[in-house]
Amino acid sequence: MTYPRNLQYTREHEWARLEGDLIRVGITAYAVEQLGDVTLVDMPAPGEDVQAHERFGDIESVKTVSELFAPVSGEVVDVNAALESSPELVNEGPYEDGWLITIRPSDQAELDGLMDAAKYEEYLGTLDG
Amino acid sequence: MRETPLADEHGRLGARLVPFAGWRMPVQYEGIKKEHEAVRQRAGLFDVSHMGEILVEGPNAVAAVDRLVTNDVAKLDVGRALYTVCCNESGLILDDLIVYRLEAEKILVVCNASNRDKIVAHFAKNLSLETPWNDVSDAWALLALQGPSARAIMNDLGAPEALLGLGSFDVARATVAGVDLWAARTGYTGEDGFELFCANEDAVTLWRAILAAGQPHGLQPVGLGARDTLRLEARLMLYGNDIDEHTHPFEAGLGWVVKLDAGDFIGREALRAIKAAGFDRKLVGFEMTERGIARHGYPILAGGERVGEVTSGSPGPTVGRNIGLGYVPKALSKVGTALGIEIRGKQVGAVVVTTPFYKR
Repeated sequence: MTYPRNLQYTREHEWARLEGDLIRVGITAYAVEQLGDVTLVDMPAPGEDVQAHERFGDIESVKTVSELFAPVSGEVVDVNAALESSPELVNEGPYEDGWLITIRPSDQAELDGLMDAAKYEEYLGTLDG
Repeated sequence: MRETPLADEHGRLGARLVPFAGWRMPVQYEGIKKEHEAVRQRAGLFDVSHMGEILVEGPNAVAAVDRLVTNDVAKLDVGRALYTVCCNESGLILDDLIVYRLEAEKILVVCNASNRDKIVAHFAKNLSLETPWNDVSDAWALLALQGPSARAIMNDLGAPEALLGLGSFDVARATVAGVDLWAARTGYTGEDGFELFCANEDAVTLWRAILAAGQPHGLQPVGLGARDTLRLEARLMLYGNDIDEHTHPFEAGLGWVVKLDAGDFIGREALRAIKAAGFDRKLVGFEMTERGIARHGYPILAGGERVGEVTSGSPGPTVGRNIGLGYVPKALSKVGTALGIEIRGKQVGAVVVTTPFYKR
């Protein structure tokens, strides 16, 4: 499993990436591994507000449902519409075509409160075994 | 946490192990969808050694087991098996079982892992001292080879005609890959296949031999995750979800395993009364007509009112729709009836459909 260096991570296994003045959000390879085959992603509509560390949607696999948590507060700008018909994109490329939403952050500094890849991997080590 | 004799094999195969009914069991190897598809199109091998096995023996064995279950064991020929439920005095379901008549005076009862202690206690209480019986669950392993290529794989393994010639719900003694076992043409997937009961110490040998012989056929090891989606598509009951001690066999659609006129059994009078009085709810199959996946415990709605509860629900990988089972009032049980499923506070559309969702 890989955790790209250029991303920030949450304890709930989302990643966030600054792209200009927007933040792109997805779930990590660890989350994908835990979920198994993703079958449905429930997400907010563009224009809706999300709150940092609060639920903004749900992701379902064959077996289970998990909540999605926003890494930062702000307004949803874009939603990955391809996931509607092809939720398996999340399994195939959680950091690429399987992204979930982009957010216009109300406070970009919130990103600094997230974990970098090294810290996230350290955190994962405390979860296993 | 208990482990089956195949725990190391699962580890080597990269399985994800989860706690299930007190056992560490493989929930998936490669992924639920791929494993599900393997069983439907080729074959899958399951370790279901967590299941409970009880042997009842002696001249009284048939009559004794017949008194404990709703189906007619007295009519069961040697080498045949039947599906049944075991009820309490109130006619409510203690477990669903497969009863195998291995020999004239030897009956094997297979129960759910989650119910093993309860069923063993029930048998202990209700079997007379003249009926020798034995809980062999801890000594026996159970492998299930399921899928359209199952027979061809057993053939390649050099299985004897006694096994290859088994019809549905037949059982016979056989030696496969040097392992003595009981082979039955039963399963829990809606596909053709075999269930193989062997001694714990032979499980690894048998498991490896089947995987090797199955490789050219595209055989895959399959975990409990796909076992659940396979059985749901085939409308096979999951105890604890679809049936339990609050349900009776008639409302679950299991009236066909209740033989009221074939000799006495525990719960018969209660079931006779339930049948005579009628009952007001029924287990139905539904599929989602709007985007959403129903899950166990979600409310079923009609006209904005809560009318029942989902007992099982998931995507159906083969049928390609999100499907489920749940109890609804009889008036809402007709095929084509529009229902709502409450998913995280929102009502999502569903419709009653005929079951099984999948038939081979």
